[in-house]
This record gives sequence, C-alpha cells and structure tokens, in this order.
Amino acid sequence: MALSTDEVARLAALARVDLSPEELAKLAPQLDVILDAVARVSEIAGDDIKPSSHAFEITNVFRPDEVRPSISQEAALSGAPAEEDGKFRVPRILEED
Amino acid sequence: MNELLKLSAAEIGSKIAAGSLTSVEITKACFEQIHAVDAQVGAFLCLDEERALAAAAAIDARIAAGEKLGPLAGVPIGVKDIFCYQGLPTTCGSRILEGWMPPYNSTVVDRLLEAGLVIVGKLNMDEFAMGSSTETSGYQLTHNPWNLGYIPGGSSGGCAAALASYQVPLTLGTDTGGSIRQPASVTGVVGVKPTYGSNSRYGVLAMASSLDVPGPFARNARDAALLQEVISGHDPMDSTSLVSELPGLTDAVGKGVDGWKIGVVKEFGGDGYQPGVESAFKEALAKCERAGAEIVEVSCPHFDYALAAYYLIMPSEVSSNLARYDSVRYGIRVGDDGTRSMEEVMNLTRGAGFGEEVKRRIILGTYALSAGYYDAYYGSAQKVRTLIQQDFDAAFEKVDVLVSPTSPTVAWKLGERMDDPLAMYKADLCTIPSNMAGNSAASFPIGLSDGLPVGFQVMAPALADDRLYRVGAVLEEPLLDSLVGTSAWDALYEEAK
Repeated sequence: MALSTDEVARLAALARVDLSPEELAKLAPQLDVILDAVARVSEIAGDDIKPSSHAFEITNVFRPDEVRPSISQEAALSGAPAEEDGKFRVPRILEED
Repeated sequence: MNELLKLSAAEIGSKIAAGSLTSVEITKACFEQIHAVDAQVGAFLCLDEERALAAAAAIDARIAAGEKLGPLAGVPIGVKDIFCYQGLPTTCGSRILEGWMPPYNSTVVDRLLEAGLVIVGKLNMDEFAMGSSTETSGYQLTHNPWNLGYIPGGSSGGCAAALASYQVPLTLGTDTGGSIRQPASVTGVVGVKPTYGSNSRYGVLAMASSLDVPGPFARNARDAALLQEVISGHDPMDSTSLVSELPGLTDAVGKGVDGWKIGVVKEFGGDGYQPGVESAFKEALAKCERAGAEIVEVSCPHFDYALAAYYLIMPSEVSSNLARYDSVRYGIRVGDDGTRSMEEVMNLTRGAGFGEEVKRRIILGTYALSAGYYDAYYGSAQKVRTLIQQDFDAAFEKVDVLVSPTSPTVAWKLGERMDDPLAMYKADLCTIPSNMAGNSAASFPIGLSDGLPVGFQVMAPALADDRLYRVGAVLEEPLLDSLVGTSAWDALYEEAK
C-alpha cells in the first residue's frame, strides 16, 4: 500500500490541519513507512478475539444530577483568543451570499 | 554545588519536620542550582520563584508553630508542563497553547500543594507528550546532564534532566507509552508509571486517555514511593479514576525479594538490546538472585506486536483528543482577518500551532479511524491489546514481577533520530505493553554503558505497585554520585553560548 500526497492532503483536511507542500512531501513517505510497520497487527487479530478499548473493564460512572459551583464565566473565557459579550467570539461560520 | 542538594526528598522532609532545615533554605538552594546550570540543561520552561519562596516560608511558619505536616512538607518539586497549575502558563510544550493560563488546578497539583510541597516551576516536554527525546518541544531543547550533546529521553525529558542535574529532588511527569520510564532510564534516575487510574488525570492535558497516567520521578525508590503516596487516590472528577487504593509503598521499600520469582520477558521483538544495556541488565539480575530471587524466562508472545498496536491506538486517541485545539476556547488564533471562515482559521491555526510530530500522529490517527480502514487498523490493534493483557495475566500467574531493560539503548545524540520516526518510536519497545494493559511499571538506575545510564524495568500487576519498589530498592545504584565532579558535570556550569 502506498499513501499518496493527495491522500495525506485529504486526511489533513479532515483533521483541519493546514499543511505546506513541503510538509506534505515529507509526511507522505514517512506515514507510508509507519503504516507498513503497524499493519502487522492484523496478522494475529483473529475473529474470535474480543477488542479492548481500555486497560480495564470499566462501566459508566455517574454522579447525581445536581447544580454545583463551577468556574466563573470570566475564568472560562480568560484563555479565549477572542470574546464578546461574555461569549467566545468566532470567525463567521456560514458562507456569505 | 550546595551540599543540601544531595539530600534525598525523604531526608529533606524529615529535617524540615525536625527543625534542622527550613523549606526556604532548601528552596533557595534549588533556585541557585537552577540559575547555575539550567542555561545548559534547558529543563525548565518557566519558574515561579516568588510564589515558591512564599509557600516555603508558610510551611516553615506552620512547622515552627508546632504543626505536624506530611513527610514531604516543604520539599521543592518541579512539574511537567502538562499539569494545569493556576498562576503559571500551561503549554504542554506546544506553540498552540503559548501563554495559556489554566483557570483551575489539576487534582495531582492540588494534592502536592495540600501535602506542603513547594512547586518551583514547569518542566519541558515533547509537544503534547509525543516523543522520546523532548526534541519535539515547541520551545527549547533539553540536554542530558550526563553529556549535553545527548537527548534526555522523552516525553518527560525536563523532569528527568532537572533531577539528574540536582536542580530539584522530585519531579512529576506523565507516562503514555514510556514517557516517565524511558527518560528516567537514560538519565540515571527512578521513574514510575503507576497502575492506570491510580492517579487522577483531571487537569492533565490529554494525549491518549486510555493510556495516560501521571507518576513520580525521584533519585531513589523511597522518594518515588513517598511522592506517589501523596498524589494517588480516587478522584470523582476523573471517571477512570480507580476506587481501589494502592498497597503501602514506602513500607515496601527494604522488604526485599527473597523467595520471589522474577520473570525475564523473552520476546520484545525489535532489533535487540545494545551490548552495554544487556550486560548491565544481566548484572542486575545477578543482584536479584543474590537477594534470594529466582530468575525464570517467561514467554509473552504478543509483546512483539505491542509497538505496532500502540502506534494505531495512541494516534487514534490523539486525533480525537487534540480536536479541542480549535482556536475558540483557548490558545492562539491565526489568520482571523475578518474575511476568513471559522474553518479556514481553524486550519491555519492548527497548521501553524502544531509541530511536525503532532501533525504526523493526528493524520495517522485520522487514517486509522477512517471508513474502510477502521477494522484493519484500529479494530485489529484493539484485539492485540486484549492479547497483551492476556499475556500479562498468564505471566503473573507464574512470577511476582516481569523485568526487562527499560529501553533497548542508552541515550542517543541530539538530532540523530529526528528524521526517522520509526527509530524514535522503538525507544519505547519495552515500556509500551504496560500502558496497553494498565499494570504498574517502573525504571531504576542500574549501571553505565560507555558513560551513559542504563535503566532496569520492573512490571507488576495492576494495584500491586508495591512490588516495583521492593525490586527497585534491591537493585538501584546511586549512579548520580558518580556524575558529580566529572568533566561532564563541570560542563553544566559553563555559561550558555
């Protein structure tokens, strides 16, 4: 299997990461080598083996649905790149007509 | 060097409690050492001198007033820049979080403060804990105190280098695939990856949540045990935090291994161990035998696949976890000129803010989770995870602990593996299985190979962390004693170029 620069560009777009042409040219062959090395997991992954998503069997952990103090709105906004009227300010999210 | 710096954390704590040393004295000595050597070592990303000295003075006042505090009250500590601590920036070694001030503390930091430890600053690391050399940090290189031209290991390289250059007696790191044990190994200190879930992840910036665990670094097993006892325990803020408690750890130090069965793992795959690593490892095994343990070889056939499975599971979790760095709630924002859309700004911010290794893993994870590849990659890796857990279960029916070299090689030269990701990844060959299974593991210093430290890894069942300390106390060597006074040591004090 060979991972093309086009495919890496598509994956980068899915992951919302801008890559320069130089980065694409460097990353594609590296990812190819890595994928080649990790593909061997399928050699021993038989149909009868249960997959583990975690180290231990854990179940949902619930807490009572009660109002509790939390950090203030001011503190929550303190690290934001932009804020307005006590809210996170973002660039436009809809296309202009 | 100030002689006070050679004291262990346990000695510092008991002297402070007894009134023969003040926390201010030892904290000042640490800052003097930091100012003398860290221009060369590069362990700290930021310092907190004023607040640390005030905290130290407050501890001294409480002791003078007759208050009984814990065994580490007044002891200085450095923490990896992955832990949220209000009042200092938390960057996780990434430019995308440059200058970010967290609005709350991580639980483990709160526990340090409650126990009276004095936090002196934040330590350098690979960006978002991705790396084995601390070279992927977006800020600076950290150098190995044994030879400044060599890597300090990673991702918690700052933690290891600060200890090995006597800047602080304790540090706190995190381990996802070996990020505590491997840097401990290559710098000649002790590093412990406790049982997954025994230390809270609340307020610890996430890399791969099913694998990440905070843990202690120290210069000896007893100090590491004391620190682990301070930070562990259930935390309702972390839904994967274990309710069960760890057995007594400081009590375990000195109990020995007489009558124990110690299993040497037969197959880790890879390219084998460096000869100097192998011979130091064998000498340490002989030491265990002399202490009354029986050494047996144990087969863990699926460990050979652990590295491959890890480099699917970890990037998959990374690609999901790092989606939060979207230029909205925290961190930098790039290219918001009033014309670009949210999506364009997000792409530009992440492109500019993340370094090469982080991008590599995000894309790898995106691929492993994408439609059409999920079963072959992520799905298969999860099955290998089950097989590794079964290997551990079977092994621990036969032996008390499993052992191996911590890393197949000693430290390598800075820059040597930066363009060969696979070679970099192999540094964690022996440490990854314990993250996949969640059991406890640690690295202890045992000897030198060509003047560079070799670490010995001990793996114990989940919640049997006490066994790590029992083995470690038997075989650890005070390697750092032999560093002080050498020409390598003198180089730490040279003015930065």
